[in-house]
Amino acid sequence: MKRVLTILLSITLVLALAVGCSQAPDQGQDQQEKMKIGFVYIGSATDAGYTYAHDQGRLMLEQELGDRVETVIKENVPETQECEKVMTDMIDQGCKVIFANSFGFQEYVKRVAEANPEIIFLHCSGSIQGPNYSNYFGSIEEARYLSGIVAGMKTQTNKIGYVAAYNIPEVIRGINAFTLGVRSVNPEAVVKVMWTNTWFDPAKEKDAAVALLDQGVDIIAQHQDTTGPQVAAEERGCWSIGYNADMSNAAPKAYMTAPLWNWGAYYVEAVKSIMDGTWTNEPYWGTMKDGLIDLAPLTEVAPEGAQEAVTKIQDQMKAGSFDVFAGPLKDQSGQVVVPEGSTVSLEDQLAMKWFVEGVEGKID
Amino acid sequence: MITIAFFKAAIIAGTPLLFATLGEIITEKSGHLNLGVEGMMLMGAIIGFQVGYSTNSPLLALLFAAIAGAFGALIYAFLTVSLRANQVVSGLALTIFGTGFAGFVGKSLVGMKMTDEFNYFFRDLKIPGLGDIPYLGEILFNHDIFVYLGYVTAIILGLYLYNTGKGLNLRAIGENPAAADAASIPITKYKYLHILLGGALCGLGGAYLSLAYVPVWQENITAGRGWIAVALVIFAGWNPYKAIIGAFLFGGLDIIGFRLQGTAIAISQYVFDMAPYVATIVILVIVSFRKSKKNAPPKALSEPYFREER
Repeated sequence: MKRVLTILLSITLVLALAVGCSQAPDQGQDQQEKMKIGFVYIGSATDAGYTYAHDQGRLMLEQELGDRVETVIKENVPETQECEKVMTDMIDQGCKVIFANSFGFQEYVKRVAEANPEIIFLHCSGSIQGPNYSNYFGSIEEARYLSGIVAGMKTQTNKIGYVAAYNIPEVIRGINAFTLGVRSVNPEAVVKVMWTNTWFDPAKEKDAAVALLDQGVDIIAQHQDTTGPQVAAEERGCWSIGYNADMSNAAPKAYMTAPLWNWGAYYVEAVKSIMDGTWTNEPYWGTMKDGLIDLAPLTEVAPEGAQEAVTKIQDQMKAGSFDVFAGPLKDQSGQVVVPEGSTVSLEDQLAMKWFVEGVEGKID
Repeated sequence: MITIAFFKAAIIAGTPLLFATLGEIITEKSGHLNLGVEGMMLMGAIIGFQVGYSTNSPLLALLFAAIAGAFGALIYAFLTVSLRANQVVSGLALTIFGTGFAGFVGKSLVGMKMTDEFNYFFRDLKIPGLGDIPYLGEILFNHDIFVYLGYVTAIILGLYLYNTGKGLNLRAIGENPAAADAASIPITKYKYLHILLGGALCGLGGAYLSLAYVPVWQENITAGRGWIAVALVIFAGWNPYKAIIGAFLFGGLDIIGFRLQGTAIAISQYVFDMAPYVATIVILVIVSFRKSKKNAPPKALSEPYFREER
């Protein structure tokens, strides 16, 4: 009896193997028509913030290109060797294009890209570039400037708080643009900066906002990935500017608007160009004109007249005739650093390490 | 800017730590090192939030947060008490499990907010009399109900451990299970009960973040506070009373950087982030130098107990 069982089991196993093997190539053929695209995410696709915005872009890509693409995602990938494994795994699954959405993935992307020259790698917010890899980002500063207009018109204490993650050029640029927006409509107002040294810690981000509110600010803006700061503003009966997504769920009575990324605009364009064979490794820098950057619709909390003021500048941005960092710009000590008629070059923006006049805070 | 507002904020920041620390103290007193604090906190946080969100009842939310934490602890207790598995590995596994569990359950809840009615339950309540003491009243006795629950729990646990027979039994199990067994204390029952109780407290600690403190669901809402609680247990010398002071001290360290930014004393937030751990190491060094029995860990901590090996 035992013997019969053994033989039966063996046959089953062999059959299973045969079935398994014969099906695999079929599937492969099906998929050859589709281009498989991998997305490596630093956070969760439902984080209501940064990665959520990227995932919306991925969904838009799927919608626009339909049957021609298939996407795979990996969430909560740490900025360590781990992400190298994730990317290699995606290549094994047949991905031809890989998007990696966080700055910290940079050196790993470079290494995997150099080992896999037939795969195209696109890295968000970095500066690497090679035959089969490049980077993409955009001027969120434009939307921050617009949200600054809203805040500048709304504030009553003329003090605005800004909860900021790390003192890197990306964040500093945002604070400067926001402050320029604020002071374009309200030259008296100041922007107080609070560093948290974290992208993602709702309780801590809320504490930082509370500390700012204790100092008398009545509007909270943020460069953080959670809604913690919004909640602090809501609880104190103050107002807030979000980031990355519509945050009115978290703070219905405080939230006014938020600078938004529309990553889909880039993802569709990039994948199309790869399919046509017209892709180049030129870094992508998207603007409001390109549709990569947008401002969330103003809520009822936003001040009267803000919509008109925002639309006026936004139209110029869309036409490409408005430069956020056009001189004259003064630094914190009141000295003119960017004279009238000149501007901050993109290269200098990417290395920005100084605050404009009107910012209260220090860069360590 | 060290003001009353700061001290008040320190109490709030310390409350999730207090619950988790108390939970871990009671667990370790039974001789079990449960490194799953972070996981149990997250399980309590998400289940509390889910229940609160769908029923709009704060009491049900608290109850289920505690049950969720206890459920996590039950897995751990089964592994380490009944199967005598390695406690460190089981605890770490529980942390990883809890993180994944909370992320999974909370997927559709990210960014969601409780109703105003729900939040009203956790409004600041001034305690008559005590709340009128100058300075101290505002700092200690003008908080939401959850904070008071923390004070009361710590004191009850202290009384239980040091002033009751059952508490003595529990400590005996943590020190020398064989002797406790010989005194016919039902060891397994004690261990299970206290590990579950510990888990329930950790669950409440997590729920404080998702229900009263933040109160919006965000993935990984605890952001490492469970580990600070593990360090706090050592800092407090396994004593619930000292845990109160420790938790509020560590809570203050957590937020002090924000109050100092922009003042003349510019110390990096990173220094304060390190401080709880540095303080723990210093305390460990002092304790081991003094060889004091008072602040030492339970002797049988993290050793599985086999009756047959007596």
